[in-house]
Amino acid sequence: MTEPSGAHAGPRPLLSLRNINMTFGGVKALKNVSFDVLPGEVHCLAGENGSGKSTLIKIITGVYRPEPGAVIDYDGQTYAQMSPVTAQNGGIQVIWQDLALFPEMTVAENIAFQTLLGRWPRFVNYGHMREIAIRALKKLGVTLDVDLPLKDFPIAQRQIVAIARALVGEAKIVFMDEPTASLTQSETDHLLEIVRTLSTSGVAVVFVSHRLAEVLEISSRLTVLRDGALVGVYPTEGLTQSRITELMTGRTFDQHVRAKTRDANPVVLEVKNLTRPGQFEDVSFTVRKGETLGITGLLGAGRTEIALSLFGMSKPQSGEIFLDGKPVRFSSNREAIEAGVAYLSEDRLSLGLIQPQSIADNLVIASLDGIRSGGLLSDERKQRLVAQWIADLGVKIGKQTDAISTLSGGNQQRIAIAKWLATDPKLLILDAPTVGVDVGARAGIFEIVAKLAESGLAIILISDEVPEVYFNADRVLHMAGGRISGAFDPRQCTLKDIEAAVYA
Amino acid sequence: MRKIIQSHATEFALLAVILLISLFLSLATERFFTLGNAFDLLNTSSVNIIFAVGLLVVLIAGGIDISFAVAASVVQYVAALLLESIGGGGWISGLVIAAVLGVSLGAINALLIHRFKIISIVATIATFNIYFGLLMFFTRGVSIYNLPDWLTSRVILFEHEMADGSWVEITLPVLVMVVCVIATWVLITRTTTGRQLYAFGDNPEGARRFGINVGAMQFIAFGWLGLMAGIAGLIQAHYAQEVVPNALYGRELDVLAAVVLGGARLGGGKGTVLGCVLGVLMISITQNGLNLMGVSPFAFKMIIGAIILVAITLSNTSIERLLPFMREGARR
Repeated sequence: MTEPSGAHAGPRPLLSLRNINMTFGGVKALKNVSFDVLPGEVHCLAGENGSGKSTLIKIITGVYRPEPGAVIDYDGQTYAQMSPVTAQNGGIQVIWQDLALFPEMTVAENIAFQTLLGRWPRFVNYGHMREIAIRALKKLGVTLDVDLPLKDFPIAQRQIVAIARALVGEAKIVFMDEPTASLTQSETDHLLEIVRTLSTSGVAVVFVSHRLAEVLEISSRLTVLRDGALVGVYPTEGLTQSRITELMTGRTFDQHVRAKTRDANPVVLEVKNLTRPGQFEDVSFTVRKGETLGITGLLGAGRTEIALSLFGMSKPQSGEIFLDGKPVRFSSNREAIEAGVAYLSEDRLSLGLIQPQSIADNLVIASLDGIRSGGLLSDERKQRLVAQWIADLGVKIGKQTDAISTLSGGNQQRIAIAKWLATDPKLLILDAPTVGVDVGARAGIFEIVAKLAESGLAIILISDEVPEVYFNADRVLHMAGGRISGAFDPRQCTLKDIEAAVYA
Repeated sequence: MRKIIQSHATEFALLAVILLISLFLSLATERFFTLGNAFDLLNTSSVNIIFAVGLLVVLIAGGIDISFAVAASVVQYVAALLLESIGGGGWISGLVIAAVLGVSLGAINALLIHRFKIISIVATIATFNIYFGLLMFFTRGVSIYNLPDWLTSRVILFEHEMADGSWVEITLPVLVMVVCVIATWVLITRTTTGRQLYAFGDNPEGARRFGINVGAMQFIAFGWLGLMAGIAGLIQAHYAQEVVPNALYGRELDVLAAVVLGGARLGGGKGTVLGCVLGVLMISITQNGLNLMGVSPFAFKMIIGAIILVAITLSNTSIERLLPFMREGARR
């Protein structure tokens, strides 16, 4: 067991916070938190959503003011609160999760944005901005056309622009808020490489992430927050993923392989030689009643594309799909839903749920036919249906009429699953069901998945987090480059075996 | 060159449409393709272009304004009364009065939007009604005809009789328009404040995290539109040689359509002065052409509506697909 190492005898911290308190509308977001960053170290700030990580960063960068009594020591100066200008001039830079970039402006303007700041108008020196931008990109070993608007670049390159921008202002500390959330593995590797370069050149990097593997790989120390309070500061050497999860959630998780043989059950879905050029090729597999088939692979391996074809959203060029033994050919997802296929989108926030609408309306949207009474929608039937699903899936809500956006990630995902269960499917495709769901709430989602499988649903579980499919699926397929490149039985292999295949 | 076309796809698309319409009108009518007509167009479009570049700044900053045209009417009326009370005044005092009044009315919008957190379309629909209601109530709809002489007499800066007998004229409204256009261009492309406006419109939260003064952005954007509206109001009074309380009522939608046509985005962060000017010109040219062809004025609105739809569709999609070297801009 690793013990907190609050007091360290090493170098003087570059940044040191004490007595940080923050309240939002009666809710304590931060309770007496302290936080230290040493010069040039890679430090990880971990915690579940809502644990106070982002609030803490916003206090350090001057976006929020902490309650009186706070002490912020930075680079030899003591402050009661920061302001964005002091923080930036002092070399504190943040790469926000949403990047906070300006898509319509050019790469040069985005990187050299600081030259545009200031209260009084000055003339813009575009040549100077280009020079700054090119120099900053060079530091990162990247070349981009700095005259093009940022919106022309994919997300990974925008991330690099955000990092380049942070380096312009003589950064001493760079905070990175969930920097790898939307990156593929190779892009993540490149980013981690950049982080190491920064650290060697004396810039401290504070990594905020809940992808735990990265945390262990990159940082030397770890600060854990839970419910707005400091849990402790730990050296990462010797820490395991499950230990970090325990620290973040305060609970222990007993993960075990759930896989069972379902060979006696009838086949629900059979896919033969399915091909859609450029997306997937010659894909064949079966899923039986009560079986959970895991599909893993890197982003872009064709996982989601297969799912969309099974759900009737894109047409395969060749190959066959059999549902309950009968060949099917969907020309729209409405046909797929009627045939008993349900697809939980990987992008819950923008595609899966309609955020401003109520919990009840979101839940019934795919099954409106079921709550009709004499041609009109029946409020009473709707309420009954919603109450039933909420009880079945153990969703914690206030009122049915509250907006879905008031729920936590885990509870939102339960509603999204309930929405599809209400269509009475035979086959449920779950695409990245734990994205944006806290570690603690993930276990709850998989409990539901296991229960649904036991009740006879055929389930396809798609995830790029190998442990999720390893522990929760009966069989695991590995996709790479649009093809199935391996099949695993979790009972007869280790997690490392699959990970080695995926990250090879 | 490729880069220029890429980053100004809307402007090039508009230019192409304008050329097509002009070509058609030159063949269809005798009068259209003359220098005299071209300068006529410029003279009549001046007021709308001044409005348009002002509105552009608000759109870039992520807002919208419905009230600027009736605000210009208020400015006209109040300025006329003030000028009378100070014994006539002149161009300088007239412009100063119009500018101050315009900026004040713009600042009221900014105050409502920033201080009271009312979204700009709602705030300016309210002020649109209030400004217009107050104006009609106090004037009882009575127009002012006895304006000072300096305001009503045409100021011709350059004139030349062409061989075909038509007159080429550059009048004061054109000069004022050119000054306003250049000033706006300098503001939004050459000053740090202008770039902050773009950034604020593009990503307000991002701008806020950089410590950009969000309130100042609103006051600058709506203040600038107020300034332009004040000037445009005075120039319109000069052009029409009278002040009619409801003369500019309804102008806001024509100008808004022209600015959006010119590539400005409702929602902020996007738009150029060139596109904005071309947008206004395209609508004026069409109107002028229809006039010359003897089309019933009752059909104008319908035809212009259709042209706006076609032009917007063109500039959004096909142009980029027609020219293969252009990237898909809106890849999402």
